[in-house]
Amino acid sequence: MTTITPEDTAGADAPIKREPRLAWLWQLLRNPLGAFGLFLVALIVISAVGADFFSPYDYKALDVKNRLASPSWAHLLGTDNLGRDTFSRILHGGQIALYVALVSIGTSLVLGLALGMLAGYGPRWLDNLLLLIFDSVRAFPVIMFALAVITVVGPSLETIIGVVVMTTTPGYARIARNSTLSLKNNEFILAERSLGAGTIRIMVSHLLPNLIAPLLILCSMDIPVVITIEAGLSFLGLGVKPPTPSWGSILNDGYGFIRNTPWLVIAGGIPLILTTLGFTFLGESLRDVFDPKLKKDR
Amino acid sequence: MLLYTLKRLGLAILIVCVAMLLLLSAIHMVPGDPAGIALGPRATPEMRAEFKALMGLDQPFFIQYFKFLGNVVTGDLGVDVWSKRPVTQMISEQLPHTLALALVGLGWSMLIGIPLGCFSAVHRNSLLDKFTAVISVGCIAIPSFIVGLYLLLLFAVELRWFPAIGAGEPGNLGDQISHLILPSLAVGLGWVGYLARFVRTSMLEVMGENHIRMARAYGLPTRRITYIYALKLAILPTVALLGVGVGSLISGAVFAEIIFARPGVGKMVVDAVNTRNYPIVMGGVLVTTMLFALSTLISDLIAAWLDPRVRQGF
Repeated sequence: MTTITPEDTAGADAPIKREPRLAWLWQLLRNPLGAFGLFLVALIVISAVGADFFSPYDYKALDVKNRLASPSWAHLLGTDNLGRDTFSRILHGGQIALYVALVSIGTSLVLGLALGMLAGYGPRWLDNLLLLIFDSVRAFPVIMFALAVITVVGPSLETIIGVVVMTTTPGYARIARNSTLSLKNNEFILAERSLGAGTIRIMVSHLLPNLIAPLLILCSMDIPVVITIEAGLSFLGLGVKPPTPSWGSILNDGYGFIRNTPWLVIAGGIPLILTTLGFTFLGESLRDVFDPKLKKDR
Repeated sequence: MLLYTLKRLGLAILIVCVAMLLLLSAIHMVPGDPAGIALGPRATPEMRAEFKALMGLDQPFFIQYFKFLGNVVTGDLGVDVWSKRPVTQMISEQLPHTLALALVGLGWSMLIGIPLGCFSAVHRNSLLDKFTAVISVGCIAIPSFIVGLYLLLLFAVELRWFPAIGAGEPGNLGDQISHLILPSLAVGLGWVGYLARFVRTSMLEVMGENHIRMARAYGLPTRRITYIYALKLAILPTVALLGVGVGSLISGAVFAEIIFARPGVGKMVVDAVNTRNYPIVMGGVLVTTMLFALSTLISDLIAAWLDPRVRQGF
């Protein structure tokens, strides 16, 4: 989105200066935290995508003689209570974490945009009703809501994704609704309407592009939150089913054997710390680059 | 102010009611049979029907909902499926433990976060300010259960400075406090970051105001200006924000209770999920949601009391 400021209009005769397309990346990398965040995120994504390639062992392979081993050259992060290589399990656990984050945040974004634009553009009663629903969903402590749903549906990957979608959508919807409200009486929308554009056309091709940028930044900041929810539920034994490796279930195994070996807990925690820090640093720096206005609100 | 209080209270009650309606309808809509999951695959249809009747799951949806609301008003949350004890009684036994944990956690975050934020506002853009900013983001980002697990590993299992499990002997206050230190720190550490940030921003705003510049012009000692005059004003919006934090503190408390094997609502609910004890889970969710709504309400009322502009906007 380009905005016209008084300086721009004042110097209308001067040749227009275009920023190079990748200027934002340069700006991001100049901030040490942003560069560090980008590095961590790249590391996590590459190790998760290439998990099969980087894993020294099959993550399901048992080696009962070597159970609860400390780190060594043979097993970089030791082995768990069944003798499975922790390093390989952590690499594959990254796949689950990123899968849950991408699928659920993508779904919430689409749903949140649709509902938020509906609330902002639609009639007043619908706006009030939807706002009440958004606020009510946000009144649940997330983990309690998840526990209630799991009691009925049973724990699974799909349950986690469903819970995350239900709890994060209202946040996006509220922001989309507020921006729609402030945009809908703008002159360019009025002009569009007077030219005879239909509601759908105005919403999709004129409102949507203006709404999406701030929301994308919020999405990148929500990724660590979602990964934490997945790992937390798996830690409680209510997340992904056992043979599938998750950072949370590695921590759960480690907690059970904490008096035998510290390594499982240490190894399970490190990727979570690196991922949450990486995405948070990256998200904050992206926000500072693209939308300094948001900085005050959070 | 009275009108605002009543309106805000009405909204809080409405939100809790709608929240429970949404929860019940979400449970109702999802495919899957609670009775089947609770009793296992070998249950006969008669057993399932009996279980459903016991849980009230065989009735039409809206009847279930209004019955639930009616029971809530009279303080009846049903009985434990297995032990047949009233859920209200079980929750009231566990709630003080969770509240103590959350409040002490909040205390930790105020004790560390406010001075940290204050300090970085005073020494703005110094190396220490930047360091504090990174630490704050770290505190916010790192999941509380990781903090809990690492604290348990380091201070309870390896160094043995603090006890690892339980809430301490009833009546022995010293023992209970030593059992509370690690879990409450795990719960509160995330809010250290938030508080440090809020206080820093709020301090910077206050420090630029005229009466602070005036005090400086009179030659009052800087320390007195910062910690007495400025902090007093800067802390008010922060206090009003604390209510919002209770929600995340409750989520953190669930994990702290599991990791340190403490009694509490969180542990009770997680145990109930594992045994499919539906009434306990619903009761626990209701109570924590009400707690969250109540703390948001209180913080909103404090904000309105401090700043009349908030009242008019409602």
